[in-house]
Amino acid sequence: MSAPLLSAAGLCKRYGERLALADVGFDLWPGEVLAVVGESGSGKTTLLNCVSARLRPDAGTVRFLTRHEGQQDLFALSEAQRRMLARTDWGFVHQNPAEGLRMNVSAGANVGERLMALGERHYGRIRGAAADWLMRVEMDAARIDESPQTFSGGMRQRLQIARNLVTRPRLVFMDEPTSGLDVSVQARLLDLLRGLTRDLGLAAIVVTHDLAVARLLAHRMLVMKDGRAVEQGLTDQVLDDPQHPYSQLLVSSVLQP
Amino acid sequence: MRDPNYAFAYLDERTKRMIRRAILKAVAIPGYQVPFGSREMPLPYGWGTGGIQVTAAILGPRDVLKVIDQGADDTVNAVNIRRFFERTAGVATTERTRDATIIQTRHRIPETPLTERQIIVYQVPVPEPLQRLEPREAETRRMHALADYGLMHVKLYEDVARYGHVSTTYDYPVLVNGRYVMAPSPIPKFDNPKMHMNPALQLFGAGREKRIYAVPPYTSVESLAFEDHPFEAQRWHKPCALCGAADSFLDEVVTDDRGGRMFVCSDTDYCGERRQRKEAA
Repeated sequence: MSAPLLSAAGLCKRYGERLALADVGFDLWPGEVLAVVGESGSGKTTLLNCVSARLRPDAGTVRFLTRHEGQQDLFALSEAQRRMLARTDWGFVHQNPAEGLRMNVSAGANVGERLMALGERHYGRIRGAAADWLMRVEMDAARIDESPQTFSGGMRQRLQIARNLVTRPRLVFMDEPTSGLDVSVQARLLDLLRGLTRDLGLAAIVVTHDLAVARLLAHRMLVMKDGRAVEQGLTDQVLDDPQHPYSQLLVSSVLQP
Repeated sequence: MRDPNYAFAYLDERTKRMIRRAILKAVAIPGYQVPFGSREMPLPYGWGTGGIQVTAAILGPRDVLKVIDQGADDTVNAVNIRRFFERTAGVATTERTRDATIIQTRHRIPETPLTERQIIVYQVPVPEPLQRLEPREAETRRMHALADYGLMHVKLYEDVARYGHVSTTYDYPVLVNGRYVMAPSPIPKFDNPKMHMNPALQLFGAGREKRIYAVPPYTSVESLAFEDHPFEAQRWHKPCALCGAADSFLDEVVTDDRGGRMFVCSDTDYCGERRQRKEAA
C-alpha cells in the first residue's frame, strides 16, 4: 500500500496556559474522508489549522505526500512552497463563506482566482472553467457575473467549494461546512460534497459537531475531547459502538427522530 | 541664482547618502519598493516630496533640470519645483526634453524619446500597486516576496467581465523585469509602452509612503493583461489642434461655454517644438 496522504503525529498546541491540543496524531489516506467531531472548545479547529499549516504547532509533525517530492514535513517547507500547496493541492472551506470568498468581486472571479494565481492569463479559458465549476456545484452559470453578496448562504457555500476545487486539489479541509445552513440546504450540500469527494477521489478532513454530517460524509472519525483524541475508528463503528465514555455520551446526546 | 544659505540641493549630505543607498538598492532589484527615511520638505505631501528628494540626491552642479507636471513645464507644481532647485542648487534648467539630464515628472513621460544620458524621476502618490486590492501592508509585502499576484489579475478579470475591457486608464500596473508588479505612478496608460526597454534610468520617489523604486535602463516593463484581451493604449480620432501631431497624448481643452473644445498635446515642449519647426519650414 502507498504512503498516507497526510500524517500528523504528536501535535501539541498551547494558547498561553491553556492546552488546546495534546499529542494528537492520525493518518489520512488518499481519497479518504475523516471527520473530526467533538464539542465546542475541544480543539477541533486548532487541529484543522495545524494540519493545514495555517497555525504552527508547538510540537509534533505534519507530513504531506506531495505530487513529485514524496512525503514532506509541512513546517520544513518554505512559505512559498506552503502557499503553492495551499492553492493547488489543497482547498479550505470555511464555516462562514464570507471568510473564504472575496465578497466584493463576482462569482466568476472568485472561482478563477486560483487559476490566475497559477499563471493562467487567458480570459476566455478562465471564464469557461468558472462557468463549468458553477454548474458542477449545481449553481446557475448565468449568475457568473454577480457578486456573492447577492447569493444565499447555501449558494455562497457552493461557490466557496467551486473556488477551492477548480485547481483539482487532492485534499480539502472543511471547517463546519454546513453548520450555518438550514436543514434542507444542508442535505443538498452534503449530497453534493459526497458526490464530489467520490467522483474526484478527494481526501477531506471535515471538522463538525454534527454527527449526521460525519455519518453521511466520513469514512473514519476522530473524537476530540479537551484537546485529546479520545477515540478513532471507522465511522459506523464509532457511531454504533462507541468505546470511550465521552464518545458514548456524544452519540447518546443526539436526538433520534 | 543659488542661495548660499542652503545646503546644495537643500538636503544635508547624510540624507543624500541615505537616499542614494536606497536608489542603488532599487536599481539592483528592478520594481522592488525600497523603504527610505523620507524627510520633511518645504512643501506638502502630494506635491512631489518623494520626487524632489530623489532629484536632490542625484543632482550635480553641471546637471540640467527639466520639471513637468501633466506634461507641461508652466504649471504650478512644475514652476515651483524648478524654482526650488534653481534657488537651492543653482543648476541650469530647461524646458527642452533633449537638453535635460534630469527630468522630474508628475503624471507624464515626455513624447521625445529619452536617451542613455538622461534620468527621469517620477513623483509617486501611491507606490503599492496592490493597495486598493489588499489594504494590509504586511500582506502586500508578502505577496510581492512570493510573487503571489493572482489578486491583481482578479481585478483585471472583474474589469473585463463588467466593462468588456480593462477600465484602468492611468497608474496601469506593470510587471518589471518579469518579477515585481509595480505602480508606474499616475501616468496615463498611453505612456506605459515608453517604459519598456527605455534607455534612460527611471527612478520613482514616494515621499509620504517613504518608498523608492526604479527601472534600470533597458529593462522589460510589461503592462498586465490577458492573452485574449491584450493591453491597449488610448487613441484619439483627431491629431493635435495646434501642431498636428497624431502620435502624442492629447488633453481636451474647453474653449467656450457652447460646447466648443479642442484637443492639444499635453507635452508642451513637444508641441511647441513641432510648431516652431513648421513655422521655420
